[in-house]
Amino acid sequence: MTVDPRALKASATFPPQVVAEIQRAADEGVYEIRGFAGKRSVPTFDDLALLGASVSRYPLEGYRERCDTNVTLGTRFAEKPIELKIPITIAGMSFGALGANAKEAIGRAATAMGTSTTTGDGGMTEEERQSSKTLVYQVLPSRYGMNPDDLRRADALEVVLGQGAKPGGGGMLLGHKITERVAGMRDLPVGIDQRSACRHPDWTGPDDLEIKIHELREITSWQVPIYIKVGATRVAYDVALAVKAGADAIVVDGMQGGTAATQDVFMEHVGIPTLPAVRLAVETLKELGLHRKVQLIVSGGIRSGADAAKALALGADAVSIGTAAMIALGCNKPVHLEDYHALGTEPGFCHHCHTGRCPVGVTTQDPDLEARLAPDKGARLLQNYLTTMVLELQTLARACGKSHVLNLEPEDLVALTVEAAAMAQVPLAGTTWIPGKAY
Amino acid sequence: MGDLDLATLSLRDANKRLHAVTHKSNDLAWQLTNPRGAHAIAAGLDAPLSLTIDGHVGFYCGGMNKQAEITIRGHAGPGVAENMMSGMVRVTGNASQSAGASGRGGLLVVEGDTSSRCGISMKGIDIVVGGSVGHMSAFMAQSGHLVVCGDAGANLGDSIYEAILFVRGKAESLGADCIEKEIRPEHTVVLTELLEKSGIDADPADFRRYGSARRLYNFNVDHADSY
Repeated sequence: MTVDPRALKASATFPPQVVAEIQRAADEGVYEIRGFAGKRSVPTFDDLALLGASVSRYPLEGYRERCDTNVTLGTRFAEKPIELKIPITIAGMSFGALGANAKEAIGRAATAMGTSTTTGDGGMTEEERQSSKTLVYQVLPSRYGMNPDDLRRADALEVVLGQGAKPGGGGMLLGHKITERVAGMRDLPVGIDQRSACRHPDWTGPDDLEIKIHELREITSWQVPIYIKVGATRVAYDVALAVKAGADAIVVDGMQGGTAATQDVFMEHVGIPTLPAVRLAVETLKELGLHRKVQLIVSGGIRSGADAAKALALGADAVSIGTAAMIALGCNKPVHLEDYHALGTEPGFCHHCHTGRCPVGVTTQDPDLEARLAPDKGARLLQNYLTTMVLELQTLARACGKSHVLNLEPEDLVALTVEAAAMAQVPLAGTTWIPGKAY
Repeated sequence: MGDLDLATLSLRDANKRLHAVTHKSNDLAWQLTNPRGAHAIAAGLDAPLSLTIDGHVGFYCGGMNKQAEITIRGHAGPGVAENMMSGMVRVTGNASQSAGASGRGGLLVVEGDTSSRCGISMKGIDIVVGGSVGHMSAFMAQSGHLVVCGDAGANLGDSIYEAILFVRGKAESLGADCIEKEIRPEHTVVLTELLEKSGIDADPADFRRYGSARRLYNFNVDHADSY
């Protein structure tokens, strides 16, 4: 009997991917763990558009008039705030999740661009410190490799309370990537599946956090800024509490944020998108009278100068990229196809960071694979990408008549969907309607 | 002897003076009075100095200590000697929760009791407690030794890695993947040394040893109900 395609009726509740996942779960008895980021469709900055200048606004000449991009972070309490040439920073990604070459490439590119890069859940490597002019040192629940010498040689500290890919969850690094060096830095047995804590070991709640930050300031003699990073969930509360705890700057990481490994169900079902997160954070800072005084860094699915421009227009002081930086280094590039196939995937679909078998040498500790990413080559690729992002950002800012990218404002934005209008609290294009607000 | 009186000196100034001490400094003996429960006293020291604190301290006293020998004549708040790298911190009274959290080296002695999560996430520190420890002590303990001369609260050593735990009294319950193990001669040597260094009078023969069963080191579908 032949199949009659007209008789094939797919289930909306159980489409083929859901069927496959249920049967995979039945076979393996454990949730899917993978890298990369959430893949579901959520409202993004693509759902906003900028209003270029016209009669009521005066544009700047694209190639002739200055549009500055510098930003200062950590002006609230720190004696040495960070001065960046561009408002695009590199998010925390651990040595362990990434190979040493990738970390070095990122450090070099960030330095060339006059921006900062960030350690991760594995401590600070010498290569990273040496290659990064401005390095943010994360203080994570795991405290892997934590030591006062690295605290003091960092340019800023970032107390990580959560990340957008898995707010409420801890780090994860599967045994394939726990090599001797990684294990040594983390004081773990080689080859175990490392599951980091999700709560800090020595404080509980915002009042304790305030005391913890005070301790970090004493150890670093109040020199360097202290950021607090939260995964975007209850953003208004978290930002207010981070301010209360004494943060110089706050990093809000939306649910599109990436990770080297976590449960798929976590990435796809926990947190809120970056778009509403930035608006909530800005609103809270404004209510507290601290907008621009406590700087806001937004991350989670930032891909282009357009994304950066819209985040800044909503009130962020800077954006941070992680997954996009890895893609610039070669993640999912259509090369070494046999290695993608060995992982059972194709370029463009790969999320196998957790296996340590990264075909392009970014998220691996394997010497042969890592050799595919020379630090100087990687640095050049990332530098080119960051340069492009900045050019795009300036182009859009000039079109809106801004001589500094931080002068972009919500009034420069409209939403293309009702959802985005509600989340960003900007008018639906062609109307004056902002959902939730009276006409 | 250098004197620091927190009744007249700010915490910042006191810590600044302690941070300025190096191994070449003439005065390596210091005393701090009127701590009044202040937080972060002597946090981040990095010199072979000895500091005596007369009174009770708040959170994170001796946090991230390197080299220094700190004696707290009183009780200590949460996170005493957190992330200590080397040196020694002694508390003559009791310590609150998370004593020695994530410590990477050195010796923490608490002559009294500690609250919950003593030695949480410890990474090489040695901790000797003259009394008892609260629940979830040595949670996710990675390496180092925790010696408890009294009893241990519930879920001792939950998700423990390679840290070694010695308990003289009763462990109310053991956490996931923590089991009792035999005490071999090399363990008795270590335990004897730690008790001697701590100045705590206890017979090593009275202790039991606990450590990791190493069953949860890698994901296994049949261990799902252990987490």
